[in-house]
Amino acid sequence: MPEARMLLKSAFAALSLFTFASPVLAENQSFKLGIVTFMSGPGAESFGVPAWEAAQMLSAALNEGGQLPAPYDKAGFGGMTIELSVIDENGGTTKQVQELRNGYERDGLDAVIGYISSSNCLAAAPVAEELKKLLILYDCGTPRIFEDGSYRYVFRTTAHATMDNVALARYLAKRKIKFDDIASINPDYAYGRDNWKDFQQSAAALNPNAKSKLELWPKLGAGQYGTEISALLQANPQVIHTSLWGGDLQAFVLQAAPRNLFKNRHVVITAADHVFQPLGNRMPNNVIFGARGSNGLFAETSPTNDWLVAAYEKKHPGGFPAQSYYRMTQSILGLKLAVEKAMALNGGKKPTAEQIADALTGLEWDAPSGRIKMALGNGHQAIQSNAIGVTKWDPASKRMQVVDVERFDAECVNPPANIKAEEWIAQGFPGAKCN
Amino acid sequence: MQLVSTIVLDGLIDASWIFIVAVGLTLIFGVLNVLNIAHGNFYAIGAYVAASAAGWYYAGGDSFPALGLIIMLGSTLVVAVVLGPLLERGLLRFFYERDEVVLVLVTYALFLVLEDATKLIWGVNPYYAYEPYVLFGNVSFFGLSYVGYDLMLIVVAVLVGVLLWLALNRTTSGKLVLAVIHDRDMSSALGINVTRIFVVAFTIGVFLAAAGGAVTAPKISVQPGLAVTVVLLSFAVVVIGGLGSIGGAAVASLIVGIARSLAIHTAPWAELFIVYMVMALMLAIRPQGLFGTEGLRKI
Repeated sequence: MPEARMLLKSAFAALSLFTFASPVLAENQSFKLGIVTFMSGPGAESFGVPAWEAAQMLSAALNEGGQLPAPYDKAGFGGMTIELSVIDENGGTTKQVQELRNGYERDGLDAVIGYISSSNCLAAAPVAEELKKLLILYDCGTPRIFEDGSYRYVFRTTAHATMDNVALARYLAKRKIKFDDIASINPDYAYGRDNWKDFQQSAAALNPNAKSKLELWPKLGAGQYGTEISALLQANPQVIHTSLWGGDLQAFVLQAAPRNLFKNRHVVITAADHVFQPLGNRMPNNVIFGARGSNGLFAETSPTNDWLVAAYEKKHPGGFPAQSYYRMTQSILGLKLAVEKAMALNGGKKPTAEQIADALTGLEWDAPSGRIKMALGNGHQAIQSNAIGVTKWDPASKRMQVVDVERFDAECVNPPANIKAEEWIAQGFPGAKCN
Repeated sequence: MQLVSTIVLDGLIDASWIFIVAVGLTLIFGVLNVLNIAHGNFYAIGAYVAASAAGWYYAGGDSFPALGLIIMLGSTLVVAVVLGPLLERGLLRFFYERDEVVLVLVTYALFLVLEDATKLIWGVNPYYAYEPYVLFGNVSFFGLSYVGYDLMLIVVAVLVGVLLWLALNRTTSGKLVLAVIHDRDMSSALGINVTRIFVVAFTIGVFLAAAGGAVTAPKISVQPGLAVTVVLLSFAVVVIGGLGSIGGAAVASLIVGIARSLAIHTAPWAELFIVYMVMALMLAIRPQGLFGTEGLRKI
């Protein structure tokens, strides 16, 4: 009898061991994903709200499974349901740091994709690193994140803003557009200053005769540009550079177009696609612009891009997705592949933040905007191709078209690893691989 | 010569819309002794309502485009008639006997509430009312092209200033307002309906702010965030001109407009702080402003 009891005990112990040791398959689990983006304030309409909409649309399709083309056709993140929540990025850096801590520690977020503002990115990255939680920066432009810092848990799945201005300067050179005299009107904060510096240095590197005639710095949200337009008309440069965005860019266009600022000179805009739909035919023709990557009108046909455009048109008949849609989409798709790769290496179990970070480091994937490569910042900073073109209103479709497009490989407009963007431009783009 | 004339004209255009808004703020302070932080919200609401009205009108065709502009301005009258009495009678009057700082805090709370209410009603997407902007064609001035609409704003601002001055100084009602400003209790004792004058003055102030929003709506993208920029500029104007002085608001608007224009044309790096530098200088040299008087409110 004692033997029988002993046998029973042993069997129970073995069974318990088996039960606890067996893999907890992730099929019925969820993955809590926090999205931080501007839901209010000046950045909401152009970037924040569309990005959140993209996150909702994509996660719904992924959770359903089989909606997107391979390799994105598996449901959720490796079978785990994506549970989305949103945090408003408006309200200042201090608030964002606290909200991020709350998101990880109180709400148990598995990962956060977020931040449009460069200052928020710079503040949030050390917090995620300290808490050993996954943070994916999806929009902010400053190159300083991984040039000045090194992280294990922080990634940026979109290219930084340097490539936008390098591509603009390369476009002018390639199309043999004269740019000896340049003027600028950029918003007076880090983003505007960085954009102008990159463009000015790139232009000088490609054309030794390029010189700045006038630099204007209206404050963010100024709204009225009459005096600036007069100053630009008086300076009469060959090229006017601007990184104004959102409502500021729309107001500038509305006020500058009737005063013929867009005639007899070239206006180059680092990111303009997001104002085409609100402005309609008030956006002049022959404006040289980018979309911070091969996004929106620049995106080439591919299974993922075709899916994105069709899904967007279903929601917004007659419209087309602009850059923020693309950046959010490529970030979620990259995270999905990293989670699934880590999960496969983890025997089908939900991976840890460390395992996902390892899987995302140096990863490459196909997004609607083309191939994304985590090539910089020790595999934590993405590079991607870029494209620049010219506006042309199509009265038949009542949509803005892009013509005279020039495409630039990621390695042509992004610095190689281990050199800062600023130094790379100043040295004349060493190691650039252009087609 | 061309540079000087351009600086002056650009400054005048800037000064015109700033004056229309700021004179409303100074009128409210002059009569009610309320430094209204929510004034920028009335500008924003005026811009939204006017843009919505323009959208409705132009959606039906533009057989008579100028009518759209009239409808836009008319819609701001509705804003003033609804919001003015509602806020003055429903909120501000309960705090008149309290410390002035409390009133400032109340209008700050109102600013926050109206900011969110605007977003709740119109959302975060921009509204446009661009059609009137091309109504007056273009005018060439020293070789530079100007939009006729911008020049028309100068005329409107002058009209507003003159009408307001005439109404206060050449009409019986205006003189009653002046009496209330100088001594509220004595005016009340003499049988003047102070309550009605408060309501009317506040409503006119709201109308001026909303009208400022309506006339600038055709050249901007109407979206969240308008109120803050405008209220800061308006405060700069009333501080420089002297709290409660219409003449001061006019001169200060000119100073602000031309200072900005001068900075942009000759030293663009100074644009951001030039207005506030002028304001700081004024506070240091003459704290009561150009036309303000110490201890006695004036209008």
